[in-house]
Formats: sequence, structure tokens, C-alpha cells
Amino acid sequence: MSVRRLAPPDMQPPSFAFTAENAEWVKATIAKYPAGRQASAVIPMLWKGQEQEGWVTHPMIESIARQLDMPFIRVLEVATFYTMFNLEPVGILVQVCTTSPCWLRGSDAVMDACKKHIHPHQKTLSADGKMSWMEVECLGACVNAPMLQVGSDFYEDLDGPITEKLIADLRAGKPVKAGPANARHSSEPEGGAITLTEPSLYDGSIIGKYKPVAPPPPPKKPGEA
Amino acid sequence: MLADKNRIFINLYGLQDPGLEAAKKRGQWDNTKAIIDLGPETIIDIMKRSGLRGRGGAGFPTGLKWSFMPKEVKERPHYLVVNADESEPGTCKDRDIMRHDPHTLVEGCLIASFAMKAHACYIYIRGEFIREREAMQRAVDEAYAAKLIGKNNIHGWDFDLYVHHGAGAYICGEETALLESLEGKKGQPRLKPPFPANVGLYGCPTTVNNVESIAVAPTIIRRGADWFAGIGRPNNTGTKVFCISGHVNKPCNVEEEMGIPLRELIDRHCGGVRGGWDNLLAVIPGGSSVPLIPKSICDDVLMDFDSLKNVQTGLGTAAVIVMDKSTDIVKAIQRLAYFYKHESCGQCTPCREGTGWMWRVLTRMMKGDSRSSEIDLLQEVSKEIEGHTICALGDAAAWPVQGLIRHFRPEIEKRIAEFNRVAAE
Repeated sequence: MSVRRLAPPDMQPPSFAFTAENAEWVKATIAKYPAGRQASAVIPMLWKGQEQEGWVTHPMIESIARQLDMPFIRVLEVATFYTMFNLEPVGILVQVCTTSPCWLRGSDAVMDACKKHIHPHQKTLSADGKMSWMEVECLGACVNAPMLQVGSDFYEDLDGPITEKLIADLRAGKPVKAGPANARHSSEPEGGAITLTEPSLYDGSIIGKYKPVAPPPPPKKPGEA
Repeated sequence: MLADKNRIFINLYGLQDPGLEAAKKRGQWDNTKAIIDLGPETIIDIMKRSGLRGRGGAGFPTGLKWSFMPKEVKERPHYLVVNADESEPGTCKDRDIMRHDPHTLVEGCLIASFAMKAHACYIYIRGEFIREREAMQRAVDEAYAAKLIGKNNIHGWDFDLYVHHGAGAYICGEETALLESLEGKKGQPRLKPPFPANVGLYGCPTTVNNVESIAVAPTIIRRGADWFAGIGRPNNTGTKVFCISGHVNKPCNVEEEMGIPLRELIDRHCGGVRGGWDNLLAVIPGGSSVPLIPKSICDDVLMDFDSLKNVQTGLGTAAVIVMDKSTDIVKAIQRLAYFYKHESCGQCTPCREGTGWMWRVLTRMMKGDSRSSEIDLLQEVSKEIEGHTICALGDAAAWPVQGLIRHFRPEIEKRIAEFNRVAAE
């Protein structure tokens, strides 16, 4: 468990409203769930709100509670339970995975780069107010370790120097390439896949090759009628 | 090595187009109507005969799970929920299925929902997988547009498929916590019984399956139960996507036969252990929740449910984390203990308090700042957590620690002796 609280009142904005476009999206999202089960939309809506504002604010929680006809406390506990909701401004947030599979492959060097170029302490805005970083638990890209996440994208197969350059580019607003930093395409072994190389898998010759059939009834056990 | 023609996830690496047309060319959505025409009972029978065991970690037979759903739909609708909250450290297989081969899952959802008489299915994707969520949504949209799913689709079974997501909580991979989260609550597991097959999502009969379990179903039914059951070993049949990370030369995901020797898996697909096989220290064979095994066991162990159970560990999600001799093994497990402390939902006292306690003790043991008697105490406390919580997170937190003590007790004792020697000087 981690203790998570909302930002102090003096940091909170006076109000919150979804943009017209996001309000449309909210309507469509609520429609995905059966009537009366609109509370299911709470995580997607908080997420959309965070995308819009950069973090989850007190007025946002109140607004979402009203829209979903939920008590304030139910939305507050969701916002504080799930660790992807940022409860204060974070700037460009660099999330470094440091769980064992990444640690084994050198996530310490990635973290050192963040300490050096963003802030010595995690969850703290850099001096220029543009960036922050934090340690996160396994992000599920373990065969591309070490890795980090910024926004929607994973940056994989990193080391210290690559991370330093990535931070500099992000800070300068330069385009950066998501995915593996080496020559890999995704999760195949470095140097190219040694499986799935059979061309007939991809030429359409498989279509119609297999016909689903009901299996024969099981053989009768001795003594069975 | 498993022949390419026997692989199910043909676009595992995303080297081909994940879109519908290319997926069809790879044999997906190939005469799905014929599968639907077999009827629910036959589909479940084929799944049972295939011997498929759930790919999410527990290894429960999938066909049997499907058969637990009520036979008739009464006033409460049935639901299928796909568990794509892939967060087990070491595991990254469902990610590849969703971003590269999403139509295997969409088709699987239709077939599984039909077999369980569900007209709606939710795919719950972990919050961090934003690109994967987008890829999945694209595939769902394509399937709707082509009338493969949706109302009045060409398969004659009205079916709605929704992509839902979480926001960063490992515990939501536990099926009842996932259902709570999907209902818009904190992800805290429910007491069982009642089981989800009776009271699940919104109080309705629900089956929760892992992504891989659902995504392999269309191919199994198309090619027949005997084909799948003929791969692997009895009771451990079929193919499995392995994720090999850590100290190997070429970490990768690969679909292989169940029961492949661990050494062959590492040597053939990952270019071997860094520094050679003799440089191996230990392997966590099934994601962070299972106990590690030292090299002496790794030498000839087979990668399937029963073989690994026989050496007091488990296949789990088949996420192989390899550690060579340079590894600080106590630190590796201490980091996992921190993971469980961070991810405990806080509902049950043994887990909420115990995970933090174990992490603090291991943090001292890492430096040797401890007493030998504390090793036994740690073992005892881990046993007090295991089996005394609502869900299996307590067990999952205890097992890696027990594995460490079982196989590396001399290492911990050595550190304690060294620390005390230095302190005495």
C-alpha cells in the first residue's frame, strides 16, 4: 500500500469541466456499461480528466462524482487507490520501472540518469518545472528491460547514456522514438527472430486448411449402457 | 523446437500487420461460423479434451471453468471478462498478443462468450498499456465494421465487446478484484464463495479468463483438441508463450511447447545465460510469485505445471527471470518483497502488515544486519501470511521469500556473520 493524499487546498484549481470533445467521449464511455452501472466509467473518466488537466484535482473528483451519481468519497477512494492518478502537477512524468527484471538489466543506471538530469528525489518537479520522475512497479515489458514510460509510450532496452539523451530530448520538446532503443523491433531476440520465419504462415495458404469438427463421443466405459 | 506451423501467435513480434485483412490471411476469422455451428456443448467439450490449462498463472483447466457457468440464462445476463491486467513481474506475453495479434483475442472472445451464452464481454487492460489498449480498440472496431461481432453479425450470435482499463494496481489481476475495479470501485478482492460463475460482474454469472487462454481457443477448436493435446506432455498440453528476461544474452518472448527443458529454452532462444550456463545462479521460472530454483534444479527441469510443482515452484505465467552469479540474490528478492508491499490492497491484515514487515527484515538481511534466528522468524511469518488472506497475493508475497530461504540460507548466514565480524572489529 502507499499513502496517497490530494494536493493541499491552495494548489487546487477553483473548478473543473470536461472540454466539449471530452464530454462527448464521456457520454459514449458511460454507454458501454449497463443502465444503472455507470460507476464503471469512473476510472476511464478520471483518466480522461488527468489527460486533460495533467493531474487529478479536487474539483475534478467532485464533478465526476456528480456526473456518475456516486458519493464523493467513492470517487476519492478510487483516485487515491490507483497509483496512475497523479494527485499533484508532475510536468513530463518519467516513470522508471525498477522491479527485479528491470533491476537485473540495469535500471539503476536509468534511475541515476533521472536523478542527475531531473531531480535528485523522485516525485519532485525539476528546477525548470518541466519534468519529474518516479520509480514504478513492473510495467510489463520485461524482455525489453530496462525500460521507462512517458505518457502513452514505453521506451525500452535502455542504458544510462540513452536515458540521458532521452530526457534531454523530451525536455527540449524534440521528437523521440518509442519502443526499443536498439535495433530490435519489439520482443523478438536481438539480432532477429529465429522463429516464425516460415513464409507459408503469411501467404494465405492457411485459409480453409482446418475444418472444425465435433470430436467423436468418448469410448464407453466397461459396464456402461 | 516447436515447428512454426504449430504456433498459434503467428504475429507475436509484430513484424506483420496486426489489422483485420492481414489477420485473416494468417488464418484468423477463418470460417468462424462453422465453429459457432458446433454449439456451446461441443465447443466446451473440445476445450476440455484439449487439456488447455489457464494461462494466467493458476493453471486451472479452461474448458472445465467454462462448464461452471449456468446452463440456462435466467433473468441475469452472462458475462465474459478477459483479464488483461498483466502485471506479474517478468510477464509481457499478453502485451504482444494485444498489440500484434489482437484478432486472436477478439475471435476468442466471441467463441468463448457464445460457449458460455454471454452476449457481452469486457476486456480489462492494465492502465499502463495505453498503446496496447488502442491496438485492441482498433481491432474491435474493425471486427464491428466487418460485422464479425456486434448486433446481427454474420455469426448469428449478438455479441458486444468492450475495452476497459485500470489505472495501475497489480491486485486487479486477481479475478474478483478485477470485477470490483470494473464496477468502479477500489480493487479489493471479494470473498469466495460465491464464485464469479454464480455471482460475478454486476452480480451476474461471469467467467474471468486470461488473454492467452481466450486467444488460443479459436485455433484449438479449428485444428482440433487432439492437435493441441498432442503437443507437450499429458496434463500439461499445448503451446505456451514464454517470456525470458534477466541475465540472458538475448531476452525475448517465444511460443514454445509445454514441457520444454528450461535449459533448451534459454540456450536455443535466448543465446544462453550471460557468461555461459555455468555462470547461472538461479531462475524464477514463472513470474515473481513463484519460488526461485537454483542452478542444480535448472539443469534438467522441464517447463510445465507438474514438473515445476515437483520442485516446489510453479509455471505461473511462464515468465522466466534468469539471474547469473553476479546477482545479489537477497536484493533481488528484497525488491520483489517491496513490490508486494507496494501492491498489497490493504484489506487483510496478514498481507498488509506482513508484506511491509518482510520487506523491512529483508532490507536488513541484504546488508547482513540481522541475526541468524531471524531467518527462521522470517520463514515463520511468511507461513503466517500464506493461506490466511482473502486472495492469493499473500501467498505470492510469501513464496519468493520461502524460496530464498530454502535455497540460499547459507548466503544469508554468510552475510550476517560478515556483518557481525566487521561490527565487532
